[in-house]
Amino acid sequence: MKKIIADREIDVNEEGYLIDFNQWDKDVCAYLAEEQGISMTEKHWEVVEYLQDKFQKEEPLSIRGIKKSGVINIKEFYSLFPGGPLKKSTLIAGIPKPKSCI
Amino acid sequence: MSETSIKEKSETKVKEMSGTKVKKMLFILSKGTIENAYAAFVMANGARMEGIESEIFFTFFGLEAIQKKKLEHLRVATVGNPALHMPTMLGGLPGVEALATKMMKKEMEKLDMPPIGEFLEILSDSGCKLWGCKLAIDMFHLKREDLIDELDGVLTIGDFYGRANEEGTHLLFI
Repeated sequence: MKKIIADREIDVNEEGYLIDFNQWDKDVCAYLAEEQGISMTEKHWEVVEYLQDKFQKEEPLSIRGIKKSGVINIKEFYSLFPGGPLKKSTLIAGIPKPKSCI
Repeated sequence: MSETSIKEKSETKVKEMSGTKVKKMLFILSKGTIENAYAAFVMANGARMEGIESEIFFTFFGLEAIQKKKLEHLRVATVGNPALHMPTMLGGLPGVEALATKMMKKEMEKLDMPPIGEFLEILSDSGCKLWGCKLAIDMFHLKREDLIDELDGVLTIGDFYGRANEEGTHLLFI
């Protein structure tokens, strides 16, 4: 599927997740965040960078991992990305939705 | 069933999930075995991760999971549990229950499942409310200090039903 994001054609899957991470940049990120009702702050960027770093190292993401990340605690994570924090933050970060049940 | 139809089926499920009408999940944990505690915790955490509210009401043996001294010693039942495929006589021997529990915990650790205490912290930080059952707490003569600090309070079953007053709320007894 193609979607116009920040005046560009971007490949996304049915749920709106980016298929090719190379198409991601800060404009795309801010656009996707706004669609989720989130306006990006310094802390949001830090989390996005952490998630992308994990993705590039092929390390699975989980809420337990967030707790241990040293970047953010779980309470803040839920308040920065309300209504499904890992789902929303990965979408904004341009990486696949985590498949884990925890 | 062919591979494609399995795949199609699972994709349909994913679509349905994202448009869920479930707004709030209320769990009643009445059992003190490790697999039941994890079942409640994984589902309660999974709800929060999907943006669904969740709460757990600990009653009867489920209270073992929120007692500071007991929560890290929950076990898998080796007697009367046919799914372990172990003869009942063997399951009752000393040490068998501990061994089966150890093996299960090892497998869980591989999947990055947190231990009970850490899981309760995660749930509490995630906004999952944790309640103790007043009747069962009185019956077992438990004091507030015996129970975890993360506990949000002690409720009667009536109070707990009162928390199910919104549309899209589901109650689940474990």
